[in-house]
Amino acid sequence: MSLDQALQTFFAESRELLQQMEEMLLFLESSPEDNEAINAVFRAAHTIKGSAGMFGLDFIVKFTHTVENLLDKVRDGEVRITSDLVAELLQCRDHIEDLVEHAHGGGEELAADKHSRGEQLGTSLLRFFPGALVKSAEKAAPRQVTEAAAKLESSGGGEVASDTWHISLRFGRDVLRQGMDPLSFIRYLATLGEITSLTTLPDALPGAEEMDAESCYLGFEISFRSAADKKTIEDVFEFVRDDCEIHILPPGSKLAEFVALIKSLPEEEALLGEILVASGALTQNELEQGLKNQSQVDAPLGEILVEQHCVPQPVVDAALEKQKQGKDAKSQEARFVRVHADKLDELINLVGELVIAGASANLLARRTKDGAMMEATSVVSGLVEEIRDGALKLRMVEIGETFSRFQRVVRDVSKELGKDIGLEISGADTELDKTVVEKIGDPLMHLVRNSMDHGIEVAELRLQRGKPAKGTLQLNAFHDSGSIVIEVSDDGGGLSRERILRKALERGLIAEGQNLSDSEVFNLIFEPGFSTAEQVTNLSGRGVGMDVVRRNIQALRGTVDIDSEEGVGTTTRIRLPLTLAIIDGFLVGVSASSFVIPLDMVVECIELSEADRRAAAERNYISLRGQVLPYLRLRDLFDVSGTVARRENVVVVQYAGQKVGLVVDELLGEFQTVIKPLGRVFRNLKGIAGSTILGTGEVALILDVQSMIRMVSGKAEKGLVA
Amino acid sequence: MGALVTREKGVVAVEAAPDQQQYLTFMLGGELFAIGILTIKEIIEYGNLTTVPLMPDFIRGVINLRGSVVPVVDLSARFGRKSAEITRRTCIVIIEVEAGEDKQDIGVMVDAVNEVLEIPDNQIEPAPAFGAKIRTDFIAGMGKVNGKFVILLNVDKVLSVDELAILDGVSGA
Repeated sequence: MSLDQALQTFFAESRELLQQMEEMLLFLESSPEDNEAINAVFRAAHTIKGSAGMFGLDFIVKFTHTVENLLDKVRDGEVRITSDLVAELLQCRDHIEDLVEHAHGGGEELAADKHSRGEQLGTSLLRFFPGALVKSAEKAAPRQVTEAAAKLESSGGGEVASDTWHISLRFGRDVLRQGMDPLSFIRYLATLGEITSLTTLPDALPGAEEMDAESCYLGFEISFRSAADKKTIEDVFEFVRDDCEIHILPPGSKLAEFVALIKSLPEEEALLGEILVASGALTQNELEQGLKNQSQVDAPLGEILVEQHCVPQPVVDAALEKQKQGKDAKSQEARFVRVHADKLDELINLVGELVIAGASANLLARRTKDGAMMEATSVVSGLVEEIRDGALKLRMVEIGETFSRFQRVVRDVSKELGKDIGLEISGADTELDKTVVEKIGDPLMHLVRNSMDHGIEVAELRLQRGKPAKGTLQLNAFHDSGSIVIEVSDDGGGLSRERILRKALERGLIAEGQNLSDSEVFNLIFEPGFSTAEQVTNLSGRGVGMDVVRRNIQALRGTVDIDSEEGVGTTTRIRLPLTLAIIDGFLVGVSASSFVIPLDMVVECIELSEADRRAAAERNYISLRGQVLPYLRLRDLFDVSGTVARRENVVVVQYAGQKVGLVVDELLGEFQTVIKPLGRVFRNLKGIAGSTILGTGEVALILDVQSMIRMVSGKAEKGLVA
Repeated sequence: MGALVTREKGVVAVEAAPDQQQYLTFMLGGELFAIGILTIKEIIEYGNLTTVPLMPDFIRGVINLRGSVVPVVDLSARFGRKSAEITRRTCIVIIEVEAGEDKQDIGVMVDAVNEVLEIPDNQIEPAPAFGAKIRTDFIAGMGKVNGKFVILLNVDKVLSVDELAILDGVSGA
């Protein structure tokens, strides 16, 4: 892992942590006593600070340090959580996010406005600190950075003092390869106190011809003056502890400890002794005496430590806790593997190719009529199917994360609007494709804001209408026949049918006297041009219009519908395909052409009877067990040439509660369909959702049942009007 | 569907001198046309074409080109003539065109491919204002080869993805 990659990981992790921090802060607002949440917020800030320090991102360290100090007080119960404090901390969180993004953008120097923003937040945080603590929090980080940095330059100098910590560092060979920069640790260390002396040990450096430029051979002996406790100092090296040899001796350690240290280090005793003397940790006398004693006692280091009780109880406790944490972290790491999204996409593509290749092998095997061969290929297809499902599942993520982002949005917007609105989330564990999740955020955001801005009434009006003063916004998600449905509902004023109709007439979107169903009327607000009609209709949003929302959703092969009752509320329902890559399809033939119908929509297949075929000129519906089933003939709809087949079949499909028959010549059976986009040339084409490649290498088209139905019903309506 | 000619773009770019370009000449309705070779990815035999319903005549359909679905344009129909007849020598020339920010492969159906020619810039005349019987903006120039004219096509215009996507006369929703 190069430094750059490690940095990317840092950004990704920081974003996650900030996300967590936000969730927890919002949670704290309603239940301020929750220790778990306070700890989580603290941990997030702490980790960001620590990692930022490692990468030398001082401006993040500096600001986060102040926040962390305050959080520490909160954790210790010295500062109580108030909504005021949460609001402040949320702003701080946003600022940290800004800073992280700034670093991500590769910016070195902070712009003046960001800087002053940080100062301002820092100052306003101070009022939360209990009394005297203010000062230390304010100053701790920044000043010492500069001081220590200066010291770092002139390593080796400094005053002689025995009240310093002594730190021996031997970095592992692979430290650089893992993306860690030893210097960053020392820099970060310098933020905790003052480095009084630093000696670099190049002894492990091999001859030039054996040296690997990517390996780290360096060791450091550091004298360090700080008020920090051992745990804090240890934490500095948290990220490299596993690979490196690190010894930390507290100030006033016993002589024997130094001796033990000297013995345990790979370098020559005499040399180390000299360094210790030079750095002022020991006097020459002490050293000599120590070495003499040690050779007499000759006990293992651990025993000496225990015997001399030189490790204070808190340090032991901290170490134990750390160990436990380490274990917890490890078990979590085992459950999650961070994978680059591109790698996943590549895998899905390959699985797609595998499905196609498998289908073609299957076809060839069937042609040979060799039983064993067919058996073998069918086992392979079964496995391929499982791999396909597994691979697709890798990309599935829960929608909860997207939903919970809206907690903050609802909170902020409702404050801004002066309305009291609560957000209820259900179905957060519903899974859908990552690419879909990424793209659904913006349309959802628009719908949520719309509902809050125009849907939910002000408190007085709500009370007048006999509703609770607090408005409710609901986000809900669930699976429904191969699609995922996301609902945004509010208990607001609802849409006014008359008002929309009037506006649509004005705009020439509908003709006078046209008879429209409720849902048709409500869907008019998705028409371009409707959105810009501010105040008059109270339906418009900010920035993007509802037509953009619909377009975004359609680009994901989804649909959007509105249900509304005036005075009761509005529900916007987004229906999206579960995945954009591979689906189970049902293959049908019309003349020489093949078409694929998404299998989730297929309810049943029946034969079109002779009587119905003869009556086709007058009526295009049949009786399906006593129910009227309208059908459309693919042959007519798509102008497929060739003679009409002797027998025709009806595939009954269901979409959004509507049943429709599709008349085709042949039923060719189930087919794993790898969706291949048709490209921009066909972007205006209705009725076709995409294409796929059959086992024979031919291309088959995937039907877009919904737009086909709309095409036909559109024609029927026009026919009636004319 | 064997590839008859496949040329790496990079190789061609090195070979071609700045003032003379290589062109692929082909027959269409008895006339000789040429396309600059830099945009051409490969030439394949005609076959296994799937028609896409509700598209204008000049979109013949789509083919499977090693796993990706590529639309095929009937050049003759695109020029407003009658649809091309399929013969033994009918080929599909795969051309890469810019479509907004991405690149898109488009197949072009031609009656027969002839050869790759080098036509120096000074042997190229500007397009006539009329008389060629195809839209003037489709013509990049008239190349002189052995005393005869070859129509050099402006691929970006002929295969403009935005224009191809217009479905006039097709009843949509």
